Amino acid sequence: MELLIALIPALPLVGFLFAVIVGPRLDHVPTHAVHGGPEGPGDDADDTHAPAHRPAGSRDAHDAPDDSGFRGVPSEEEQRATSPHAGHADDLANAEGAGGVIPAEFDDGLGQSGHVAPGAERPRYRSWIIPTAVVGLMWVFSMIVLAAVIFGGNEYEVTIYEWIASGDFVINISFLVDSLTAMLLLVVSTVGFLVHIYSIGYMDGDRGFWRFFAYLNLFMFSMLLLILGDNFLMLYVGWEAVGLCSYALIGYWYKKPSAAGAAKKAFIVNRVGDFGFGLGIMMIWVNLGTLSFHEVFERIGTLDEGTVTIIALLLFAGAVGKSAQFPLHVWLPDAMEGPTPVSALIHAATMVNAGVYLVARANPIFIEAPTAMWVVAIIGVFTAIFAAAIALTQNDIKKVLAYSTVSQLAYMFFALGIGAWTAAIFHLVSHGFFKGLLFMGSGSVIHGAGGEQDMRYMGNLRARMRWTYATMVIGSLALAGIPIFSGFFSKDEILAESFNRGYLVFYVVGTIVAFMTAFYTFRMIFMTFWGEWRGPRAVWDHIHESAPTMVAPLVILAIPTIGAGLVLGIPPEGGLIHGWLEEVFHAAEEAHAGVLPGSIADGDHHGFEPFGLGGLLLLVGAAVAAAGVWLAHRWYVRQPESAGRFVERIPFGLGPGMYRASVNRYYVDDIYQLVWSRGGVLLSNALWWFDAKVIDGAVNGAGWLAGTVGGGLRKTQTGRVENYGLGIAGGLAVVLIVLATVVR
Amino acid sequence: MALEGYLLVSAALFGIGTFGFMARRNAILMLISIELMFNAVNLSLVAFNAFLPADANAGAVFSLMIMAVAAAEVTVGLALVIAIIRTRQTAEVDQYSDLKE
Repeated sequence: MELLIALIPALPLVGFLFAVIVGPRLDHVPTHAVHGGPEGPGDDADDTHAPAHRPAGSRDAHDAPDDSGFRGVPSEEEQRATSPHAGHADDLANAEGAGGVIPAEFDDGLGQSGHVAPGAERPRYRSWIIPTAVVGLMWVFSMIVLAAVIFGGNEYEVTIYEWIASGDFVINISFLVDSLTAMLLLVVSTVGFLVHIYSIGYMDGDRGFWRFFAYLNLFMFSMLLLILGDNFLMLYVGWEAVGLCSYALIGYWYKKPSAAGAAKKAFIVNRVGDFGFGLGIMMIWVNLGTLSFHEVFERIGTLDEGTVTIIALLLFAGAVGKSAQFPLHVWLPDAMEGPTPVSALIHAATMVNAGVYLVARANPIFIEAPTAMWVVAIIGVFTAIFAAAIALTQNDIKKVLAYSTVSQLAYMFFALGIGAWTAAIFHLVSHGFFKGLLFMGSGSVIHGAGGEQDMRYMGNLRARMRWTYATMVIGSLALAGIPIFSGFFSKDEILAESFNRGYLVFYVVGTIVAFMTAFYTFRMIFMTFWGEWRGPRAVWDHIHESAPTMVAPLVILAIPTIGAGLVLGIPPEGGLIHGWLEEVFHAAEEAHAGVLPGSIADGDHHGFEPFGLGGLLLLVGAAVAAAGVWLAHRWYVRQPESAGRFVERIPFGLGPGMYRASVNRYYVDDIYQLVWSRGGVLLSNALWWFDAKVIDGAVNGAGWLAGTVGGGLRKTQTGRVENYGLGIAGGLAVVLIVLATVVR
Repeated sequence: MALEGYLLVSAALFGIGTFGFMARRNAILMLISIELMFNAVNLSLVAFNAFLPADANAGAVFSLMIMAVAAAEVTVGLALVIAIIRTRQTAEVDQYSDLKE
């Protein structure tokens, strides 16, 4: 078993090395067969996906270079003007082969059958085989370990070797597998494996196939290191490594300026949080002299509360960055520039959960710091409603899901903050499955709709993409919180816990967010799959269901999306997952952390009553979700004009303004642009001026002074002996006079 | 005769030497002026030795020492000056200002 655990992270590392070393030689992408790869015959990394075929026209504005990282948010008019739809028909007419289905924008390698010119030699890919196989094997091992931990009740600590030994500073490379790790392992390995399979279909036609799989494998390795590590330093190493992989994969189409900019933005914003995380780890070391989880958690009680609070808040700063919580949420929506499998794997199901995992793993630290718990809860509640309010109005299908991810992660933080540890991890697991499903579904939609991401130019796709439609509806039902689907159980558990523990304001806000979630989720479904096709006719004729390698992961993920809640969550607040995670959160639950005095959970009551309060809360949750779906149906299917009427009817004429604010993401990006980018430039200019004028002025001034004085003194060297003699005599006279008058 | 008389002669000799050193342009005459200043000092040292009570004849020893140094100095100095005069074909120190700034 120890060997299995050690092999789990090692396998993807092997796959990574294989893909990097051997991969480039295994793929053969004929230059002429793929749009957008017109340069030389080489298959090197450098010319993998040049988006070269780019018809002139409106698209240029859309692709205007913007490598600033912080991207200015276009106004609504600009968004409309630069939408991929503008000038669509022309572009399509210009595109070569395959009826020109793929807009030039996606010549950089997205696409499948339509992407390879008909009659041309098909690209041959073999570099995916080993990376996918090792991840598949890793999945099998993970499930064995999971079963041993969950059903065997074991906890494993595997020490591979002593990594750092410097005096008292001893860090081992060792893995800890308890039930919390096992839950993460379940999500990471399952979604990870399915994303590998999905990518085979999704990345077809891309010239950087091996590079993509290398990155995916490196990511799997880093993520597994992160969740398996048994000390904060290994966690940190994994944490930074997944950030690196995230950077590499967001910027996978690195010749696309928006992708390169988004990658930089993600990396930089994450560093802000990671800086706090690093400081937190250093504080733990300074105060406790150890970084191993067991020892830290044992001794954390000996510190005074102020220190623990600072440590907890610093750790939480890292979590805020990695899990895209306000105010560091800005990178996640932009990260959608990456390929959709990446969005599904890293930016929905695994890496963004790292922050939740960190707080949950460090629960003994957080229960010692009630203030930090409040901060976690308040950030969570605020981000939940904030992100949901943005998701309401986004028109890009992936942006809707991105903001939804931010909002759902915020639910988990809010649960962690009120001490509902198990509910948070439950939501993490179910969210990992259904959001992975939704993202892969959206990728299938984008793929089928010829690269279109704007939902305003979709519609009626259910007629042509039945499997995608069915699986995405299942995912959406789960996200919306409709009963029997997994999201219903996990979300309502969080809401019920907040009610039971006495956080009534949080409960009300959480319920409003649940309503908004149901609304925007089904807004997406109705805009995409229902109604009439609103895009160009030529695209409609080529819409097709995606390849089997893409549909199969959707179908497989639909199973836990339906079943996870039923298996893990019944009865609510006491389901199977509570038993599994009991050993991890036992102490925290015992400490009654996060339970307000006088609340229901403060008393002896801690069970679910189907015909009591618990049942009522469930009914409320289901009703709210249903109301959201109903409203989306009314506004986007039955009476499409009523949404506009509602916006106008908001009192004081605030409606259009609120709508604009939401479309523009509440101007957070603009504010950051103004404060950090512009402010940074201003500060740099001021410092440059100081350096150029004051510092350089002082240095140059000293030189000038010496030169001038020396130049004056040069004149005394006349070359006439009598002048020197006069100097000597004058000097002697001065000395004599001084001796005669002063010294005497 | 009192000490003051010797010292006055000595000071006068030194002043003449100084004046000669500064006023003359001829290198040889400048060397002679330097010799005058040496001997003015020697005269004052010998006079002090004679008039002031002292256990040892320090003044006389000093003046002997200065004579030896002066002899060495004038040997080297005169050799240099002769060499310069030979190459320059002039004894005027005004013409020797090649090292001026």
